[in-house]
Amino acid sequence: MVEQVAQMVVHGEAWTIKDLFVLPNEYVYWSIQIVLYPYMTGLVAGAFVLSSLYHVFNVEKLKEIARYALVFSFALLPVAMMPLMLHLMQPFRGINVLMTPHFTSAISAFGIVFMTYAFIVAAEIWFVYRKFIVESIYRLTEKQDCTRLERLLLPIYKVISLGAMDISDKALNSDHKAIKFLAALGIPVACFLHGYAGFIFGSVKANALWMTPLMPVIFICSAVVSGIALCIVSYYLFMEIRKWAAKRGKNWLLPDALAQGGTAIPVEQLRSIQEHEVKITSKYLLIFMTAALTLEILDMIFRGYTAVKSWDALRMVIYEHDFMKIFVYQYGIGNFLPFLMLLLPGLTTRRAVIASSLVLFGVFMMRWNVVIGGQAFSLTFAGFMEYSMPIIPHDIETFKEGLGGMLSVIVTPFIIFYFLNMIFPAFMTDNESH
Amino acid sequence: MKRRDFLKNTAVFVAGASVSVAALDFIDPKELLAANPELKWGFLVDTYKCVGCGFCVKACKTESDIPFEANVTRTWVERYVIKRDGDVVMDCPKGARDGYTTKLLDENRSGMVEVPDEEIAQAFFVPKLCNHCTTPACVQVCPVGATYQTADGVVLVDWTWCIGCGYCIMGCPYGVRFFHPVERVADKCTFCYHRISKGGNTACAQACPFGARQIGNLKDPNDPVAQAIMTQRVGILRDEYGTKPNVYYIGLNKEVR
Repeated sequence: MVEQVAQMVVHGEAWTIKDLFVLPNEYVYWSIQIVLYPYMTGLVAGAFVLSSLYHVFNVEKLKEIARYALVFSFALLPVAMMPLMLHLMQPFRGINVLMTPHFTSAISAFGIVFMTYAFIVAAEIWFVYRKFIVESIYRLTEKQDCTRLERLLLPIYKVISLGAMDISDKALNSDHKAIKFLAALGIPVACFLHGYAGFIFGSVKANALWMTPLMPVIFICSAVVSGIALCIVSYYLFMEIRKWAAKRGKNWLLPDALAQGGTAIPVEQLRSIQEHEVKITSKYLLIFMTAALTLEILDMIFRGYTAVKSWDALRMVIYEHDFMKIFVYQYGIGNFLPFLMLLLPGLTTRRAVIASSLVLFGVFMMRWNVVIGGQAFSLTFAGFMEYSMPIIPHDIETFKEGLGGMLSVIVTPFIIFYFLNMIFPAFMTDNESH
Repeated sequence: MKRRDFLKNTAVFVAGASVSVAALDFIDPKELLAANPELKWGFLVDTYKCVGCGFCVKACKTESDIPFEANVTRTWVERYVIKRDGDVVMDCPKGARDGYTTKLLDENRSGMVEVPDEEIAQAFFVPKLCNHCTTPACVQVCPVGATYQTADGVVLVDWTWCIGCGYCIMGCPYGVRFFHPVERVADKCTFCYHRISKGGNTACAQACPFGARQIGNLKDPNDPVAQAIMTQRVGILRDEYGTKPNVYYIGLNKEVR
């Protein structure tokens, strides 16, 4: 009997609290994983745009962080897909989206857009690191006493070099051209990847909060904001760890050093790079934040001014139920506070990093308020629903759609990055420029 | 094999294969079975006749194997109580599976509410089910084509192909879709397609003791449903979404959401 009853729990019932008149089939079907999906794609797109600022627009000052942003963007890429897979009721059929895409659906294009983007990022990384790969092959082949890790790396490099061993000046020049081309191509594709995530929501005509043509543009701007902010924060953190580890010779915290055999960068140099990059990048953060904020507020004003049928319900959600989440967490702590922190003169690295962390939080709250907030009211406009995120899971579903699933998605890119950093050292410095 | 021969054989093979592929077009089962230009299913709900007994909901759950205890349902009955001051109180506990047997209205977290008789201006029940829209939002948004429209106008879900993304549930303006608690795919009312396509009645219409529910062929001028829609003043739900529903209501109030 107990088993039977447990089985009868409908998807969504465990975390949905209904109030007033809600239709019997209505639940918060799209929960934390769908909050994370646009958040993660946004981070991917934003990190890529940051790296492109250097490659395409020749912003020399961003050189070091650009290389890091590119590799980190690649580490984030598989994680953009993870929330979707975790969210599907039939994850093993996820491949159907690629096998039988139904092209009137916005989601059907996911595979195509995502793959195109993945190939562009992979190709760009390949060109950026080609010289390094070839040099590593020569270095490791000549080396007599290889460590176990180095013996593992050599075949990996041999495979990913694709047999292109030419590192003459002419070949490297054409590499640079290719990088520039791919980075330029990548910007519209990255924007498309994320604008398209916005379209998935914006095109749901049944949802009064989501349906706006501004949605894709708002998503793109906030994506760039969050991507840059994450790069600043994680770059700072990784640099801190590296400084700490370099001083004490804890190589396991320096995966690239572990793999490549010792970093030559002294602690002092690390510090100056860190300060310089973080401060410069935060200037770009400010520009994109202004754009994102303008659009979001425009959307809000427009809804209030036109006040169509759904406005009564939306107003209840925006000004009463979700007031804290929208005006305090998202706009207050997540937008205006970091905005001021970045604008005030005498910007220090630490202040820039704290501001960026707040921005990250703000963008996360924005995703939350869009995805969960969009389901906070009934289709009848006469009832409300609340999502109470499962903290302690009691089955696989409450794990996936709760805190556990959220943490797994957030932690994974860092694990991927750790190993990726062994193959493509993201913090490598060279004296070339292009 | 010479290159010339190879090319020749390839050309012959491709030509032959394309002929047989073209033949598949002739035996498209959709055209054979359902493409009856004389048939388009529609549904008529007479809200004046509904007493909120919930027999239709029970019958539907039994017929379509939706677990009885699960808080989802393919059809449901809503209760509207309109007060003299214009306020509307609505409820739909468990989709009205057990019928409305008390004056208490279930307002979920806000608890039970009772409206005193003297404050009530009017009260009525509204049965709801999938509208089998002519331009269904759910079919448009399904990323894999697992939900589709038959040639005779019924919207169905292929349980073996649905990936369970929930986009159709989000896309439906009527909230008729849900995740099947056992099959773990999107599910909804099928107009009892397995019954009506064999000449039967839908389970809900059959179970209704008052004839508040009726299914019929909208293209047949002699069909009672088609006639009622033609000659009486009927309404549809939420036409602002442009989905062109095929469930018609007699006595639809403006308060009905």
